[in-house]
Amino acid sequence: MSPRTARKLADVDLTLYRLMLRIRRAEERIVALYPSDKIQSPVHLSVGQEAVAAGVSLALADGDRVHGTYRGHGVYIAKGGDLGRLFAELYGKDTGCARGRGGSMHLTAPEVGLVGCSAIVASLIPVATGDALAEKMRGGGRVVCSLFGDGAIDEGVFYESVNFAVLKSLPIVYVLENNGYAIHSRVPDRHKQTELFRLTEGLGLRGRRYDGNDARVVYKTMSAAVAAARRGKGPVLLEYMTNRWHEHVGPGTDFQEAYRYPKDRERALRSDPLKILAAALARRGESRARLDAVAAEIAGEVDAAVAFAESSPFPRAESLREGLYVESG
Amino acid sequence: MKTKRLNYGQAIHAALTHAMEKDPTVFVMGIGVDDHKAVFGTTRGFVERFGRARVFDTPISEGAMTGIAVGAALGGMRPVHVHIRADFLYLAMDQLLNIAAKWSSMSGGRASVPLVIRAVIGRSWGQGAQHSQSPQSMFMHVPGIKVAMPTTPADAQGLLLAAIEDPNPVVLLEHRLLYNLVGDVPATPVAVPFGRAVVRREGADLTIVAGSHMAVESLKAAEFLAKHGVSAEVVDPVTLVPLDRDAILRSLAKTGRLLVVDSSWTTCGASAEIAALAAEKGFDSLAAPVRRLGMQPVVCPVSKPLEKAFYPNAETIAAEAFSMLGRPFPDAPAPELVDDFKGPF
Repeated sequence: MSPRTARKLADVDLTLYRLMLRIRRAEERIVALYPSDKIQSPVHLSVGQEAVAAGVSLALADGDRVHGTYRGHGVYIAKGGDLGRLFAELYGKDTGCARGRGGSMHLTAPEVGLVGCSAIVASLIPVATGDALAEKMRGGGRVVCSLFGDGAIDEGVFYESVNFAVLKSLPIVYVLENNGYAIHSRVPDRHKQTELFRLTEGLGLRGRRYDGNDARVVYKTMSAAVAAARRGKGPVLLEYMTNRWHEHVGPGTDFQEAYRYPKDRERALRSDPLKILAAALARRGESRARLDAVAAEIAGEVDAAVAFAESSPFPRAESLREGLYVESG
Repeated sequence: MKTKRLNYGQAIHAALTHAMEKDPTVFVMGIGVDDHKAVFGTTRGFVERFGRARVFDTPISEGAMTGIAVGAALGGMRPVHVHIRADFLYLAMDQLLNIAAKWSSMSGGRASVPLVIRAVIGRSWGQGAQHSQSPQSMFMHVPGIKVAMPTTPADAQGLLLAAIEDPNPVVLLEHRLLYNLVGDVPATPVAVPFGRAVVRREGADLTIVAGSHMAVESLKAAEFLAKHGVSAEVVDPVTLVPLDRDAILRSLAKTGRLLVVDSSWTTCGASAEIAALAAEKGFDSLAAPVRRLGMQPVVCPVSKPLEKAFYPNAETIAAEAFSMLGRPFPDAPAPELVDDFKGPF
């Protein structure tokens, strides 16, 4: 490995660490704020799954686009969505990324390539596929990423979309974030074939499964998939195995509940994406002080974001009817 | 304005051709758009003219294909997604009502879905339970999606063009029984603004609000009514979202009587909405209770006598009008009221 490549990779690792820590700290703040009832909206937290959002987002180039889900804080932050507008959206403020119309489940940041998020499981898989169709029709050379959980592959539109993407060789990467549960249902209770990346083999979609808790692995495998899609090689499915630390919806944890595997908590803590990457950075000689400085910086960003949300105005009630349609012209 | 004579299907063909020539982002997708039947001829010759990238058949996956159209719209294209039967839209409701209708709002007005859905309502001649439905009220109920029901060739041409130019999602419901209707259309297609009802026939004794094929049947009824001394005004909403409420209330104020005829069921239907409008905003104009006609509240049958009893038609519309005015149905020949549609579809 050349020194230049090594330095570049170290920068990538540090960037991944920064993105993941930003997600972690932001969501920890959401948990802390939740009892205040200032966030009057359901939240689906992605603590424990930060490596997928960070690795996938960093592997995409400027102009590439992602379609996410209601568990969308991670990808919003990792794609570079404004933190202040995220908290403002959670607070239902007029300065939120969707002017208080979307909330936690419908984050959007088109300026950085997050097209949107939907609270209907799998519903943006076809939309992302159509976005890739538009890209191909216009010859824009961009890649689209469809991000979804393991619950989404229960839905018919997933297979229909994959069939079409393969048929038309669309520039799309399907990212299956497998945290083991669709709400409270385990994968083997919903599928005989539990190697989910194999489910679309018959449709002609190549799939691979990877460790989704190591951001370097996610970044590397996603980068290869994006590059292939950009070269016109067509779609691919990446399954990343990860852990959901929180309950399906809400700020608490529920490792003690019967639907969970007994060792979930242990496994989650052992495979904490932040610890994994911090250890790798330490092995490369990154100083503790450097990582602490990153943490201090992020703490400041989160403070500022919350302050922005607190001080922002609510939408005026008279604006209720705005935005239903976009005006012509 | 220079005009020419086209039938309904030819007018749709002309509008689509015009839009695709003018705007390279417009494309047409749907089951059968590229085959030899070309959706009643409305996309005939398009593959040769615009290429397979812009005119393509789809897998029979209405749910995903609608989402794909939504995504293409978000990605900067102007898709026209065609369904040869409106019944198939029920497979696409998640994408239409949860995504397309809500995208502008959910994104705080930062993005919209310029999508056009063309769907054909089937009726009679044995179309049966699942090839005959007329789902306009489903889309009226959910804010965020526009609904147009062209009656004449000029409507079809102008509304389709307006729908394609609209930055919001539009469901355009065509009617199979209107495809042979011939009329004058502008020689160069122009968009007809949404939200403008058309008074198809002026009258003084009662207002019949009816759109699409029901407007045609109502005009036949009005012809017969006129012969027997009843002057009926026929108001065609043309678009249901937005709905030209003022035009309906104006006509009601003039005649004092309102009969609403819809091509679908009455329960929670477009006719219920229009009747509610009269009750809320036009009560003082009403000289008699509002009446409604629509499909009978059962599943569409196939057998001819049952089918005849299922649908409203010129004869039942005329009968309802006479009844509203307290007059007997005339014992006289009624050639105007005959249904002249011949199969096959």
